[in-house]
Amino acid sequence: MTEKAAFTGTEQYIASEDLRRIVDVAVALERPLLVKGEPGTGKTLLAYAIAESLGLELLTWHVKSTSKAQDGLYVYDTVQRLHDSRFDDKKVDDISAYIHLGPLGQAFNSERRVVLLIDEIDKADVEFPNDLLHELDAMRFVIPETGEEISAKQRPVVIITSNSEKELPDAFLRRSVFHYIAFPSRELMADIVRVHFPDLGAELLERAMDAFYALRGVDGLRKRPSTSELLDWLGALIATGVAPESLREHVPMVGTLIKREQDLALLARAAKGPGGRVR
Amino acid sequence: MTASDRQAAPFAALLFGLRGAGLAVGLTEWMTLMQALKTRVVRPELTDFYRVARAILVKSEVQFDLYDQVFAAVFGDAEMPTALADELMEWLENPRELPQLTAEQMAAIEQLPLDKLRELFEQRLQEQDERHDGGSRWIGTGGTSPFGHSGYHPGGIRVGGSGRHRSASQIASERRFQDYRGDRVIDVRQMAVALKKLRRLSRSEGQPELDLDATIDATCKNAGELELILQPPRKNQARVLLLMDVGGSMDPHARLVERLFSAANGLGHWRQFSAYTFHNCVYETLYESMWAQRGVPTEEVMNTLDPDTFLIVVGDASMAPTELVSPYGAIDYWHRNETPGLVWLHRLRRRFTRSVWLNPLPESWWRGYTIELVSQLFPMMPLTLEGLDEAIDQLLRGRAAPVADLDPSLIRSQW
Repeated sequence: MTEKAAFTGTEQYIASEDLRRIVDVAVALERPLLVKGEPGTGKTLLAYAIAESLGLELLTWHVKSTSKAQDGLYVYDTVQRLHDSRFDDKKVDDISAYIHLGPLGQAFNSERRVVLLIDEIDKADVEFPNDLLHELDAMRFVIPETGEEISAKQRPVVIITSNSEKELPDAFLRRSVFHYIAFPSRELMADIVRVHFPDLGAELLERAMDAFYALRGVDGLRKRPSTSELLDWLGALIATGVAPESLREHVPMVGTLIKREQDLALLARAAKGPGGRVR
Repeated sequence: MTASDRQAAPFAALLFGLRGAGLAVGLTEWMTLMQALKTRVVRPELTDFYRVARAILVKSEVQFDLYDQVFAAVFGDAEMPTALADELMEWLENPRELPQLTAEQMAAIEQLPLDKLRELFEQRLQEQDERHDGGSRWIGTGGTSPFGHSGYHPGGIRVGGSGRHRSASQIASERRFQDYRGDRVIDVRQMAVALKKLRRLSRSEGQPELDLDATIDATCKNAGELELILQPPRKNQARVLLLMDVGGSMDPHARLVERLFSAANGLGHWRQFSAYTFHNCVYETLYESMWAQRGVPTEEVMNTLDPDTFLIVVGDASMAPTELVSPYGAIDYWHRNETPGLVWLHRLRRRFTRSVWLNPLPESWWRGYTIELVSQLFPMMPLTLEGLDEAIDQLLRGRAAPVADLDPSLIRSQW
């Protein structure tokens, strides 16, 4: 039986209605959900929220540039086995003792349905997603060393995030459900902020949002500040007790919002130029 | 049109509309959508159908805007929903039987040439502009239409109220995703992502390297007997030369060019990257920056760089004809060039067989004598995300045909 509960977001994670529906659709269709969006819009946190909301265990696989598809299935620890072979008391004949399931293998092997997060799939080699196609489709694989077949007892909910560093292969895209997390509108952002800072004064919120969206609007920024930076910055504003009205002409601790040196220089230039009122 | 045709009509119209608009929606996605409808995952609201169909059929935010346009065309704009929207609603409320495509329709999807589909689609779009009640005309307007086909269940009960499907069409016609379109102007990161594809991995050059992981694995499997696994090195051998026009007519595009430079410069991805600027046209000197008084001889740049270097020129190629074809034609008063710019461009093109010209002007403005001459010499693409992708494909595709000698009659000292 699959869970009938719908994804509602969590107390900490505010999801738009679009997103909530698409998650439900992906879960119902048993297709991987591919999530893209600007950095800091909560792509990774989505998987945590889904696991919490649906009451499922979460397995994560953070993909690195050196990751191979094989790592997600299983790793055969030949070094340990060789090491053990020097001692009499270890049974090195049993290869399965040296097979360690990767995140995908664990997700398949789990008795209960789990949420599997494959984070930043675009970091790995371009062929990486294709190498996973069959396993994600059939939800099973064979370990040649032992001849054992691992097949999904419960099809996991697969969430895949991408930063579009690389193009994903067509065949992979065809099999997934896609959602683009648009940058939150001001109203949604206000909701998100209130979740994290329930005691935030209305005036400070207004002024901070003004400054934040003005900063985002500055043309030519290499990395525009996102939700996570806004939250950090608000935390800093509250901690230092900044007066709301002072935000009008000056953005304090701009380094929390803008991280790149070139961007800071650009802001300084923009402030001097006509119409630049930031900082 | 028969009643049974009507059953599949909204879906077929959407599918063919999307494909006609250039979205490669395949059978896999189509079947997934049908599965979603069958299992009643889609709520009986047009809004929900809009977003679920989008999540299944469209796999890039770049294409969301196209989807919105097609959706609005098929299911009507905010004020005037089409008959198809009613039919879809009717079906969603009462999904009796899956709207199956016939074998011929499936074949048609895969085989119909895209331009033909697009033509048909645009024709329908126009008709729809004139007559908003014309939704049913999407299907079966004559023997050649790919849209009319046989055999589905009779229509159900008409329930769909008009109030309901407004919002989806409204959402679609808001076109919130215009900014993500691939043919719009692009930011540094997007450019960097595109430029990253410019690589040349050579396995032949250099000493083979030790593959440590594979060696450990092989050795252990070999019961500790050392077994070395070697592999050829994988390094990006690509060299890139970027030449940027910073002349007066480029001022409106300065930011765009600056972004391209930042993206290329910050990438650290190539074996060698050099960038120079020029004013309107390349002559005997290239400049390190816009303000530099002294430059580097173009000859030297050409001779020191490997002929396999990828050459990317960015410029509007718009100038007075004399600047391009006449000796002493350079725009700067004190600049006396014996050799006309066109000759220099020709030399560059000949030296670097893999080269492209990126033009920040929209393609529809590419008129005028100098643009024409330059685009005969260099493959010219617009400086947009799509143009950049195309340019990189062009660079990677291999050497262009050898360049013919310059027609001496093009060079004139008087204009």
